[in-house]
Amino acid sequence: MTNPLSPRPEATPTPGEAAEVTAPASPIAPTTPVDPTAPVDAADAHGSLDNGTFTALVEPRSPSRLDLDGGEWHQISPKYVWVQLISGGVMIVLVAAVMLFLALVLDQTWAYIPGGILLVIMVWGAIIIPRQARSIGYRLRRDDLVFRRGILWQRLVAVPYGRMQLVDITHGPLDRGFGIAQLKFVTAAAATGVTIPGLEQQTAEHLRDLLVEVAESRRTGL
Amino acid sequence: MSDLPPPLPPAVARETRSDLSDGEWHRLHPLSPLFQGGIFLVVVIGIVIANMRDRLVAIFLPWLMPELPDGGEWNSGDPVDWVLDHGLLLNASLIVLGLLVLITGAFYLSWRFHTFRITDDDVEVKRGILFRSQRRAPLDRVQGVNLTRPLVARLVGLAKLEVVGAGTDANVKLDYLSTRNAERVRADILRLASGRQLAEAEARADATAPGRGVRGVSAAVSEGLTGLIAGAEGPESEPESVVHIPAGRLIASQVLGGSTIALLIMAGVAVAGGIWGSPWVLLALVPAVLGFGAYWLSQIVRSLRYSIAPTAHGLRVTFGLFTTVTEIIPPGRVHAVEVRQPIFWRPFGWWLIKINRLTGRSAGDTSTDQFTTVLPVGTRADVERVLRLVLPGTSDAEWSVLFEHGILGPRSDDPFSQTPRRAWFIRPLSWRRNGFLVSPDALLLRRGQIWRSLAIFPLARMQSLGLHQGPIDRALSVASLRPHTVAGPVYGYVAALDRDDALAAFTDVAARASAASTADRSHRWAEFERTESEPTA
Repeated sequence: MTNPLSPRPEATPTPGEAAEVTAPASPIAPTTPVDPTAPVDAADAHGSLDNGTFTALVEPRSPSRLDLDGGEWHQISPKYVWVQLISGGVMIVLVAAVMLFLALVLDQTWAYIPGGILLVIMVWGAIIIPRQARSIGYRLRRDDLVFRRGILWQRLVAVPYGRMQLVDITHGPLDRGFGIAQLKFVTAAAATGVTIPGLEQQTAEHLRDLLVEVAESRRTGL
Repeated sequence: MSDLPPPLPPAVARETRSDLSDGEWHRLHPLSPLFQGGIFLVVVIGIVIANMRDRLVAIFLPWLMPELPDGGEWNSGDPVDWVLDHGLLLNASLIVLGLLVLITGAFYLSWRFHTFRITDDDVEVKRGILFRSQRRAPLDRVQGVNLTRPLVARLVGLAKLEVVGAGTDANVKLDYLSTRNAERVRADILRLASGRQLAEAEARADATAPGRGVRGVSAAVSEGLTGLIAGAEGPESEPESVVHIPAGRLIASQVLGGSTIALLIMAGVAVAGGIWGSPWVLLALVPAVLGFGAYWLSQIVRSLRYSIAPTAHGLRVTFGLFTTVTEIIPPGRVHAVEVRQPIFWRPFGWWLIKINRLTGRSAGDTSTDQFTTVLPVGTRADVERVLRLVLPGTSDAEWSVLFEHGILGPRSDDPFSQTPRRAWFIRPLSWRRNGFLVSPDALLLRRGQIWRSLAIFPLARMQSLGLHQGPIDRALSVASLRPHTVAGPVYGYVAALDRDDALAAFTDVAARASAASTADRSHRWAEFERTESEPTA
């Protein structure tokens, strides 16, 4: 079991930082532990986490929305919208085809009712996808990862890095075609549910390595 | 109430590890295969006996046999007749004998191949003849150790030891050991897990052999009988339970429990149906009442002889009348605690306490429930004592807050942030009570007016924290806070909190949870105690 306070083995000191760190300060923000909202490895992270992502977060307009101060949100790639639209579109076509086949060829007119309901839901889902994708964001704070999503139903989750059990990267065939991946941060609690979709593959791998590294230095028990 | 025992008494002086945990492979008790696969055998024998009942009666108690009408063959398809008719008695006996030898051999082999060892860092079990399986669990991830003694195994002085791990179906089972060995192994595992180094095994000749042959078994049986009568734990020095539940209270609490409401509703429906419909509807109540009776009985039997006590290695919870389970939960394995009060318990001032912890069982396991209840029913004083054990390190000032405000509801100078008046209709009955409080090391959620409950989430164990807001919430400027922990009966959810309060708490709790989890050392709890005490000593 690693001591969570011991400095990370291959910590590369940046020029601004003193060469020898005497106090067992946190390895990620070795200079000052003042601001818990300060981002992890800001320079490094910004370089590669924000390549080709959305640039503006979509939030509810109401002033009583959930809003964390300080820091920028990293966002996901616009390609995610296309992947969702294509897979959603295929499903819509399939449902419509089955419905029409049942209704027109087999004379089962009842098929219009469930088919119609399904289609309305799916088309509605496809319409809101572009906005929904812009509401997904994550922030790497000093001690935890904050994830947000949703506009109508807003959801914010803060997960301390040390709680990480594993990080999953998955990509389906369509995702691979567009070069995006989905990253899942798994803790011992099933309810955590931090799944960041639509990351550029490189970003996802970079983020994974970053998370694993930081989690290693803050490893805790369960 | 003033003489509350200290949460963790000083560790026992005897720190030698027994020879069962010397890092070598050991076998389980020779009778274990009988108890593991024994149920199957008993069922088979039972079926055979049931089917040959007539035959056995005819052989051994012929005067009880009714006269057969024709005086001739009965049951022409009977295999025994067939065997006798064809003169195959010898062959048949040989086959039966062969089967018996085969079963005995299989039992012997499975015993030979079922070994365990306990090293400084792991507990490891190897089993299986054709399909070998080996399971190793690191000791610093031990979530608890429980000793189960089913009635029959108890008669012969055997016990089943289960090392609880984190995950579904992650437990390492040592079934069965003699009760005495099981207790020694348990003590060793807990001591090793706590991070203390143990002295090498003492050369004790009497320890290894669990008693051989008939004498051993008879000695074990007599020991088991004494244990059954005394109901004691055995050689392990037994700390006094901090709570005593009278049987009457236990029975009353189950009968007045939550399920009773379901029964009352059913009765109401049935009576209404009987009045306006057919009276036969009332008959449907009979199986329902029987079912509830059986449920209550099993609950009561399970909770009888309940005790909870602090030990050097954590909380010891014992329960069960026929199948006795003794579980030791090391410090820092409790992920959430909830004090609840079903509505019918209110006049009596009774409460129950449930915890979220890793039981290492699969989700569908019905016995999980008993491993998450630390107090089946108790008065306020009992609740206080148990909470002090479950949540050590809480200051006295916090206890008063916890009780007066948290459990008994809002009083004047309420420190809890509660639901604002504008959002009353999200929690129409309980909005005055519904709220939360961030204490230095825990998040307290106070919920429910009719079913009062207080959930306590230690920040050092919280996995993550969610903050949700739907459209109605936003219009009212409220939000819901959801601490996430490992799965269990305590759910982390409190709705309709003032948006600013909730946001502030979100930031605050998230920061404190990170800090608390980093500072937490309870996975090697004794190591922590030692390093803590060194500077002062």
